[in-house]
Amino acid sequence: MSEPDLPGNRSDGAEESGASERRGVFRSLFSGGDLGLLPVALALIFIWIIFQSTNQVFLSPRNLSNLVLQIAVIGTLALGETLILLIAEIDLAIAQFSGAAAALLAVVSVDLGWPFWASIPVVLLAGALYGFAQGTMVTRVGVPSFIVTLAGSLVSLGILLALLAQQGTQLIYDPFILGIASSYVPGWAGWVLAALVIGTFFITSMRTQALRRSKGLTVPPVATVVVRVVALTALVIAIVLTLNAYRGVPVAGILLVGFVALFAYITKSTPYGRHLYAVGGNGEAARRAGINVTGLRLSIFVLASTFAAAGGIIGASRLGAASTTSGGANLLLEVVGSAVIGGTSLFGGRGDVYGALIGALVIGSVENGMDLLGAPSSTRFLVEGAILLAAVTLDTVLRRQRLRAGRA
Amino acid sequence: MSEATPERAEILRLEGLEKRFGAVYALSSVSFAVHRGTVTALVGDNGAGKSTTVKIVAGVERPDGGALHFEGAPVGFFSNPAEAAERGIQTVYQDLALCDNLSIVANMYLGRERRSGPRASFLAQLNQLDMEQEAGPVLDRLGIRVPPLTTPVASLSGGQRQAVAVARAVLWGSKLVIMDEPTAALGVAQTRMVLRLIQQLAHNGLGVIVISHNLQQVFEVSDHIVVLRQGRTVGDYAKDEVTPDQVVSDITGVSGGMFA
Repeated sequence: MSEPDLPGNRSDGAEESGASERRGVFRSLFSGGDLGLLPVALALIFIWIIFQSTNQVFLSPRNLSNLVLQIAVIGTLALGETLILLIAEIDLAIAQFSGAAAALLAVVSVDLGWPFWASIPVVLLAGALYGFAQGTMVTRVGVPSFIVTLAGSLVSLGILLALLAQQGTQLIYDPFILGIASSYVPGWAGWVLAALVIGTFFITSMRTQALRRSKGLTVPPVATVVVRVVALTALVIAIVLTLNAYRGVPVAGILLVGFVALFAYITKSTPYGRHLYAVGGNGEAARRAGINVTGLRLSIFVLASTFAAAGGIIGASRLGAASTTSGGANLLLEVVGSAVIGGTSLFGGRGDVYGALIGALVIGSVENGMDLLGAPSSTRFLVEGAILLAAVTLDTVLRRQRLRAGRA
Repeated sequence: MSEATPERAEILRLEGLEKRFGAVYALSSVSFAVHRGTVTALVGDNGAGKSTTVKIVAGVERPDGGALHFEGAPVGFFSNPAEAAERGIQTVYQDLALCDNLSIVANMYLGRERRSGPRASFLAQLNQLDMEQEAGPVLDRLGIRVPPLTTPVASLSGGQRQAVAVARAVLWGSKLVIMDEPTAALGVAQTRMVLRLIQQLAHNGLGVIVISHNLQQVFEVSDHIVVLRQGRTVGDYAKDEVTPDQVVSDITGVSGGMFA
């Protein structure tokens, strides 16, 4: 908040708004430092064109279906990380804890022999408790989240190793748990889902339009609404057609999109979500407005770790086991990368949960495409690192643009 | 703003306020009154006690002595800002406390969103359209012109931000609005706009307290001028019965003044 109080910034801001009309729409968008999901969507299309031109298999139904399963874990964790980033914190334990959750699931399901309807809730609850512990350290004790979650990552690895001390890798046999990442809904069910998505979007758009008109508020042009509905319809139909050409829409994909849609609603349309953005944008202003800032931040830590547990369950289902490498390797980098590539600012208050989905698609596509090319891990890491760096650089540059335009 | 009460009825009266920080007297005897439909300027040198006085009225600080009357009745003291806000006292701080990433209407309703559906905030739905519909007339009544209400505050000018912060204070049926250095960071045109807004608030029947260092603005905008020096009220004038020189000599404590 301190920057825009400078007189220089103010006058810059005034000139900015006056001059922007003369510039092109794109230019004025860029100078405002707010690009939304446009760059990442373009990047995704670019990546797909590159990989498709080098290997015809890339855009085949089978590979895209596989891609959906690949991003189910990354996307679920990235959703949790996005919520954390929105309040200007970070969770470095999210990947490693998902491994610990997978191990816990294996122990509870196999060693204790609990049925899925008991083991899955227990693991999710453990995630919530773990998030409560991390969140308490950050919000009540005041230790920086960077340190708390860095320590948490080591603790999670310790828990994972302790849980799997005997066997190293624990196979899971519960058919329901295995089914999460290996089942597909039948073709007709995919179309029913598609119809539901399109119908809901169409009806809410129309209702908002009608309500705004009846209340005498400014109404966006009908053309934009039509374009949006048509674009979404085309996209959804293309997705379902493609996935049905292989085995149908994967259940794990439906889960991921469901999580994202639910949290898109919560973050954009509820007071809780509004307060979440307020706390990320200006914590002191939120506090003075009577928002329970500590409680809200704590609840976000609980949610993030619960998503980590959910991601761990999906990962264990996909692998058919929990192993000492679950949640390790470069998963953390992929998760933070997905959230940031999806347009969520590391500085808090900017971004949205759809970004997590698209960011995960970008990361997943790069991995998948590289694997198809038979590229060695070294190349893969280099490319992923470069993409992550580019995304963070863009975020930083855009933030400086905003500051310069008096729009901190 | 109720029409039943006399137009210029007293809304706030402070009597002999005292406030100590350790052995230091921040306030030793501050007394003045604020009336509906008028602008009272609070002036004084740094450390004269303006901010402490305002914080007591806003419920941020508790005094060690003296009395506070609101709407003619003694209220003891407000033990927290929420209590003062409930009675209709709103403070616009110098830093405005706006969330730049949220829209104008979201900022105006921050912490008090209109909602529909279940009461739990996790699932209740924001009633965005009603908020937008209600906020419009409030801005109109104050003569505030801003871009569409769904515009993020980040893209507003300094004066427009100040206007949004004031509109937020007014939206909650406040009776007394306190403004701390409202024009300190603004350019000439923006300052004009905010001064006009201050007078509009009084015109709409609210009591207004303005802290300012700028005597020219004080004389332009206020109806009453209260001078504090070293924690006590040393001057309390209707604007028409005092000259800037007199106010300056009250502020500095040098009687006669250099132009006498």
